[in-house]
Amino acid sequence: MEDHTPVDHSQPHRNINPAAILETIFSRYGYDFRHYSEAHIKRRLLNSMVRWRIPDTEHMKERILTDEAFAATLVNDLSITVTEMFRDPDFYRSLRTHVIPILKTYPFIKIWHAGCSTGEEAYSMAILLTEEGLYDRSTIYATDFNQQALNFAKEGIYSNDLAREYTINYQLAGCKSSFSDYYTSQYDHVIMHKSLRRNILWANHNLVTDSVFAEVHLILCRNVMIYFDKVLQNQVQKLFYESLIKGGVLCLGSKESLKFTNVYDRYSEIDKAQRIYKKKY
Amino acid sequence: MTYEAIVIGVSAGGMNVMKQLFAALPHNFQLPIIIISHIGARSDNQWIHILNNTCSLTIKEADEKEKIRPGFIYFPPPNYHLMIENDKTFSLTIDAKVNYARPSIDVLFESAADAYGRHLIGIILTGSNSDGTLGLQRIKDQGGLTIVQDPSDAEYNPMPKSATSIKPDHILPFKEILLFLTNLNQALLNT
Repeated sequence: MEDHTPVDHSQPHRNINPAAILETIFSRYGYDFRHYSEAHIKRRLLNSMVRWRIPDTEHMKERILTDEAFAATLVNDLSITVTEMFRDPDFYRSLRTHVIPILKTYPFIKIWHAGCSTGEEAYSMAILLTEEGLYDRSTIYATDFNQQALNFAKEGIYSNDLAREYTINYQLAGCKSSFSDYYTSQYDHVIMHKSLRRNILWANHNLVTDSVFAEVHLILCRNVMIYFDKVLQNQVQKLFYESLIKGGVLCLGSKESLKFTNVYDRYSEIDKAQRIYKKKY
Repeated sequence: MTYEAIVIGVSAGGMNVMKQLFAALPHNFQLPIIIISHIGARSDNQWIHILNNTCSLTIKEADEKEKIRPGFIYFPPPNYHLMIENDKTFSLTIDAKVNYARPSIDVLFESAADAYGRHLIGIILTGSNSDGTLGLQRIKDQGGLTIVQDPSDAEYNPMPKSATSIKPDHILPFKEILLFLTNLNQALLNT
């Protein structure tokens, strides 16, 4: 499993101004992290400053302005790439019970995985749709602003350690066959079958700065909103609302809620605990 | 000195000390307490409901963006890091594990130290890794009060032992930490 050894932040911590650094990234490259959770962003910036031995805000700004490769790495570092296949198995059970029957009523199914990172959840969805006999008429738009993560996702190669963890999730999610039916083992990693990828469109899209690109039946955006402040949450929820057809379904992470957003009364709850909502007609 | 919050890190051996802590805290305890306890990622936090019956304060799972209030004891949801923002609300993240842990004590303590500064008390109890040491150092750097359970008194001593390396303000047996907290509360009530 991915793990970070603890990093001693004490040196740069004395001289960090996260807001000034985020402003520099935005004005130079257009990536907007200014409405992200400050505690999270600060920790990520401190990790980078220690790793690259950058002592203070002024040096950090200078490096961002003058070194494009560094800035690209930093932007990727600020995105959230931790994900799992069938993360929160109870959610996938609920999806099968409550959402699949809705999807079955459509001749074509369009699904948007917003913030797909390294692709695990998009593959999970492809597996679920395959088992339900719906995959042939489905398109999955899997988007992220982190191009490095997208490239990884397209490859569909995961370590054996991860595959073991995903197998447990797969079983707990109440799926119908065996997780090993969907990959080929090679040395210390597994390769997801190409057939799972055939209806996935991987695309670079930034939730913060890009707009509606399709009208879809289902949006999954799980564990992305927790990183946003209220202003940005509302902005992105508006984007989702406008991207969903009437009666379309929105799925959030199990600790995220629509409750305190501006669109709360425009959805009904399909499964409150699993944060599955339906856009009202 | 006015304190506004207490953060506690506990790992192996934690259930015993937490039960004693919850039984000892008075119903009028003035400060919010935020606890990181290393529990498995697949836990459903049912034990929170069970422990709630043993405590006169309300024990709850911290919600994203929830305002931190006195009289509550907060735990993170399983498999999430818990952080505190400058406006004294909670954030959750699913960032990589730190010290093989998610939630990690360091992650909470460091953000809490920045949010509360010298108005924070940080406590490290029994545990068998070194999570929390860097976080406690940050609390100290920011002027907060640091307390570590006496390693010879702890059921598992590696975590408190590691934390003593930052030269905390107090190294105390657990019973005296409880006494410290109840005395502190009395002092807060008197002012």
